[in-house]
Amino acid sequence: MMLIPCPHCGPRAQSEFTYGGDATVKQPAPDAPMEEWFAYVYLRDNPKGLHDELWLHSAGCRTWFKVRRDTRTHDILASARMDQSL
Amino acid sequence: MKYSIFSLARNALSGHARWPQAWRSPAPKPAYEAVIVGGGGHGLATAYYLAKVHGMRNVAVLEKGYLGGGNTGRNTTIVRSNYHLDPNAHMYELSLKLWEGLSQELNFNVMYSARGVLNLVHSPAEMDAAMRRGNAMRLNGIDAEFLSRDEIARRIPNLDCSRDARFPIHGGLLQPRGGTVRHDAVAWGYARAADALGVDIIQQCEVVGIRLSGGAVAGVETTQGFIATERLALAVAGHSSQLAAMAGVRLPIESHALQAMVSDPVKPVLDTVVTSGAVHFYISQSDKGELVMGGDLDFCNSFAQRGNLPIVEHVTAACLTLFPSFGRLKLLRTWGGICDMTMDGSPIVAKLPVQGLYMTGGWCYGGFKATPASGWLTAHTIAHDAPHDLNAGLTLERFAQGRMIDEKGAGPYAWMH
Repeated sequence: MMLIPCPHCGPRAQSEFTYGGDATVKQPAPDAPMEEWFAYVYLRDNPKGLHDELWLHSAGCRTWFKVRRDTRTHDILASARMDQSL
Repeated sequence: MKYSIFSLARNALSGHARWPQAWRSPAPKPAYEAVIVGGGGHGLATAYYLAKVHGMRNVAVLEKGYLGGGNTGRNTTIVRSNYHLDPNAHMYELSLKLWEGLSQELNFNVMYSARGVLNLVHSPAEMDAAMRRGNAMRLNGIDAEFLSRDEIARRIPNLDCSRDARFPIHGGLLQPRGGTVRHDAVAWGYARAADALGVDIIQQCEVVGIRLSGGAVAGVETTQGFIATERLALAVAGHSSQLAAMAGVRLPIESHALQAMVSDPVKPVLDTVVTSGAVHFYISQSDKGELVMGGDLDFCNSFAQRGNLPIVEHVTAACLTLFPSFGRLKLLRTWGGICDMTMDGSPIVAKLPVQGLYMTGGWCYGGFKATPASGWLTAHTIAHDAPHDLNAGLTLERFAQGRMIDEKGAGPYAWMH
C-alpha cells in the first residue's frame, strides 16, 4: 500500500486516490500543428525512474495535485499543489 | 534428440542422468542477419518462425536475464480469442489455432488444455454486449456459445448463481476452445526448437543502445559488446518504450503493473476458466491444484514487477463474492508483471519508422495468449520487410491516423483498457 502525501490533507492510504497520468504533458495551442496535438494525446515518455504524475484525492478533499514517484520502487519523493512546481 | 515415449523409457533406465541439454549457450557472433531483443515467448517464437517458415537461421535472440523470466513466466496462462474487433479477432484466432498444434509442432508438451473460457454477465446490458461480441466472433468463424444461468450453475457448482448474490449471474459467454497453456513450457519449447534450427540464444546479454547508420539500423550495443545487424526486432513488452527510445522512437505506451496470485493447492474444484468483467476478476485452477487469480491493473505507471495491496484485496474479495466456498483457502503467493499498455488497448506488431526496426509489443493484458501469432506475424514482417494481412492494422501509425482498435471504447488513457 502506498502512502500518498496529499498537499492539503497529509499522508493518506493509496485507496483514497485516483490516478491521472503523466503531469508533464501540456495541452498545445488550439492552432498548433496536428503533430503536437497527436503527441499531447498519445505519446508518453514512460520513464523507468522518476515520474511526475497527477493524482486526485477522490475519497478526500477531491483536489487534483502532483506527485513525483519512482516507477522502479514506488517510492514517493515529493508532492505539490497544481499551482506549485515539484 | 526427439522427445518421445522411447526416449523417456531409455533415459528412465539410465536414471535420467543422460538427457542432453535442450539448447546451447553460445557466445554472440559479431553479426547476424536478424537480431531479436527479448528471450520471452514472443522473441523465441519470432526466432523459431523466422528459421522454420522463412529459412532465416543466422539469427540471435538476446535476453538480459534468463529465458521466460519476464512476463512469459508471470501471466495467468489463459489463452482465448474472444475479441470483437476484426484485427484483434483474426490475430488472436491465428494464435489459438497455433496453440492447438503447438506441442506436436515443437515436440515439447506445452500442456494446452481446452477447458473453456467463460465470461460471466451480471446485467441485461452486459448480456446484450456479450451476445453482440459472441455473434461477431461466430461471424468471424470463432467458437462462441451463450450459456444460461442454469447451465452455468450445473457446470460450475461452486459458483454462487443464487438470485440474491451481490452480482447476480444472468448468463455467460463461453469460448470452448479457450483454456490454459503451461507458460514456462512455451518459452522452453520455442527455445529448444529455435536452437535446433541454428538460432543463437544468448542470455545475460542486455541491449544498452541501438546503433543507427544513415537512418537505418546497423546493430546493437550490448553488455557483451557490439553485434551488427540490419534487422532488429523488439520483443520486450513492458520495456518497449525504453528500447524504442534508443532508436529515437516515442511510443503511445505506458508501463503498468498487473498482479496475479495463487491459493494453496487443492484437489480439482474448477475445470474451466471463469472471468467477470463486472467485478474485474478471473480464475482458473492450475494442474498443481492452485487457484490462479487476477484482476485489474494497479492503475499507476510501474516497472517494479510487484503490486500494491488494494488490488490483492479487491481480487480476493471478488473471488469470495463469486465462489464463497474458496474462503477457506489461503493465499500462497502474489506477484506482478509489467505490461505495455497502449493508448487503445491493442498491440503494435509492425515496422517502426526506422529502416530495419520492428516491434511486437503494446500487448496490454493479451500478450501470453498471443505468443504464437506474435512470433509468426513478427517473423513474417521481418522476412518480407512488410506486415502480413493479419497484422496490417496493428501499426504504430494507426494512432495518428485515427484508426484505433479500442475494444472497450475507453479512449487514450493507457491504464483504462
